[in-house]
Amino acid sequence: MRGSGNGPEWELRSHGKKIRVCPEKQKKGLWVMKHIAIGILGAATLGLVASAASATTLDTVKAKGFIQCGVSTGLAGFSAPDDKGDWQGIDADFCRAVAAAVFGDGTKVKFTPLSAKERFTALQSGEIDILSRNTTWTINRDTALGLNFIGVTYYDGQGFMINAKKLPGVNSALQLSGAAVCVQSGTTTELNLADYFKANKMEYNPVVFEKLEEVNAAYDAGRCDVYTTDQSGLYGIRLTLGSPADHVVLPEIISKEPLGPAVRQGDDQWYHIVKWTYFALLQAEELGITKANVDEMKNSASPEIKRVLGQEADTKIGTDLGVSNDWVVNIVKAVGNYGEMFERNVGSGSPLKIARGINALWTKGGLQYAPPIR
Amino acid sequence: MASQEVLREEPSRGSFINDPKVRGIFFQALVVVLLVAGVWWIAHNVIANLTRLHIASGFGFLKGRAGFDISESAIAYSSDSTYGRAILVGFLNTVIVAIVGIITATIIGFIVGIGRLSQNWLIRKICTVYVEVFRNIPPLLVIFFWYSGVLAVLPAPRDSINLPFGSFLNQRGFYFPRAVWGDGSWLIFVALLVGIGMAWFVARKARQRQMATGQQFPVLWTALALIVGLPLLAYALSGFPLTFDYPKQSTFNLTGGFQVRPEFLSLYLALSCYTAAFIAEIVRAGIRGVSKGQTEAAGALGLRPGSILRLVVVPQAMRIVIPPLTSQYLNLTKNSSLAIAIGYPDLTATAGTVLNQTGQAVEGVVIMMVIYLAISLLTSLVMNWFNAKMALVER
Repeated sequence: MRGSGNGPEWELRSHGKKIRVCPEKQKKGLWVMKHIAIGILGAATLGLVASAASATTLDTVKAKGFIQCGVSTGLAGFSAPDDKGDWQGIDADFCRAVAAAVFGDGTKVKFTPLSAKERFTALQSGEIDILSRNTTWTINRDTALGLNFIGVTYYDGQGFMINAKKLPGVNSALQLSGAAVCVQSGTTTELNLADYFKANKMEYNPVVFEKLEEVNAAYDAGRCDVYTTDQSGLYGIRLTLGSPADHVVLPEIISKEPLGPAVRQGDDQWYHIVKWTYFALLQAEELGITKANVDEMKNSASPEIKRVLGQEADTKIGTDLGVSNDWVVNIVKAVGNYGEMFERNVGSGSPLKIARGINALWTKGGLQYAPPIR
Repeated sequence: MASQEVLREEPSRGSFINDPKVRGIFFQALVVVLLVAGVWWIAHNVIANLTRLHIASGFGFLKGRAGFDISESAIAYSSDSTYGRAILVGFLNTVIVAIVGIITATIIGFIVGIGRLSQNWLIRKICTVYVEVFRNIPPLLVIFFWYSGVLAVLPAPRDSINLPFGSFLNQRGFYFPRAVWGDGSWLIFVALLVGIGMAWFVARKARQRQMATGQQFPVLWTALALIVGLPLLAYALSGFPLTFDYPKQSTFNLTGGFQVRPEFLSLYLALSCYTAAFIAEIVRAGIRGVSKGQTEAAGALGLRPGSILRLVVVPQAMRIVIPPLTSQYLNLTKNSSLAIAIGYPDLTATAGTVLNQTGQAVEGVVIMMVIYLAISLLTSLVMNWFNAKMALVER
């Protein structure tokens, strides 16, 4: 045998054939095989994850027993945890309304706080069932991003906030040339900002953060002169600053920001449930059905109220939608009607004290309008 | 020798199915086929699912108008530029912070590493404390420390701290005068290049002369005179074309001059300080890895301590130091993606914004991964080349 004096060699005998393999080489071979195997397994798992989500959203939601709702990381009036850790706000309540429609129980919601950047991927990938996170409805998001916005739960517009104590002479957004502007990345706000300053031939210095808290902290610390986001957001954020009275929201509104919940494309049933939950909230307000009087209203003489509340004989409105026939009763019992939801979270019942404005019902000169439930 | 002839067989007696060579090829081919099939399956799955969910796919979005602004850009960029250019801006910002970070971390690391082996008790202890503090804190916290703890508490622009030479420091960053090069200033740069070239030539000649005759030549002073003197001469000859643009107070900020933003500053300082702690330990290990006999022998030859370190210990230590140093450089580059927490527009931040504005997550993440991989491989390549060059010194 040649070279046998050079350390141990392994002798393999297979089918009467003798092979000698150097141990190092064999170890290396095993190592390579192992890693390739791990690689293939890893790749397979990834592929499997991607191919999931074929059952309808309603079925999966019913199977797991709750709705996974994507909210903001904390915006007062829209979705923010209170001192007990419960999520409060219009956006959070909207998810409760959908849970009430589906389960008859508004508490069957789990909230996922998402940054502006994470929100669409979370919905696309099926991590959440509804995105209810002060998100602006745009054509790009309805088409290229594969989302379906169900309506506008809050009509908003982008504004600017400054520290009036530090900048006493400034009372219009057109005086802001040269300012450092704090803005959250990946938002329509960021795009409107660029457009507005460009259109008015003004310079600015963007200070961009991914998370809302980071933008708030930077503005509060004086890293930037101006904070820009949706006006309702500015009012909410102002409350969280060190000395709220020093800050003023400038009068200019530079964009249309229709905020509303969105769902994934490709599941019409779920889309309809979420969309009609929103319309039911509006319809309840229009008919004067409130959290307090909903049980009395069931016996109302009005055929329309009876129909909306599922009291009509042999009604199929709810079951056709995929929920129970008393779905509107459940919604109103859980969160009240749209008006109650508004006043409690951002209106007169909240520290924000935002007037209804264009968010009033169409019967009161606003834009909120629901097609008939019949 | 048997160990070189790794796989061989006795004269063949069976069919070719039992031939280890054939088997080897068969299994390797099988693995390749499985791998290709696996990758194809994943790609197919992703595309099918994106289509099913009506999400746009493909890289066409890179040519679209970005529509958002970026605070720091090494190249011309506005909201009218394309998404592709936005990603390029982010990539360059990552490269800039990585390069200056690596240089600073290496300098601090070497000083602290050598300091930990100092004879002086105070220096030794200070360096130990430095290493232990920065090595044991997560880099993100170090970044926040600089951003919120140091730079954010600086005064507002109106009450900027005045520094010498018309520079200012405030919570919006560090401002200093920007050089404005007038006509004929190219002569200064040419003079600088010529000066550096001549200094290098002088140093080479002086070394050769010292090797041959043992006579020394004042290289340092000559080099300084050449590198500083020649450009100064050119500056005077071309009629003093250099002026400065000083930062001035305006309504909101200081304008003019050159601004180093606190986002860059805190990321750069944090990454440098953090990585330097690791480099210091690597340097210390490298120096300790050179046997004591080398130092003693050099001392016996009459070399001074500084010369022993420079001529005997460090060149040998470098061979131990370079491979782990490469890993630290790669770590620093990848840690720069933590910039997102403080809003420095690096690759992760800008590509993330592009991803979010277009909704094309798969493509966005693929672009980011490919770019980081390319940066890392390039760094490794350069360091491997450097390592090979240092290793050649061995006899």
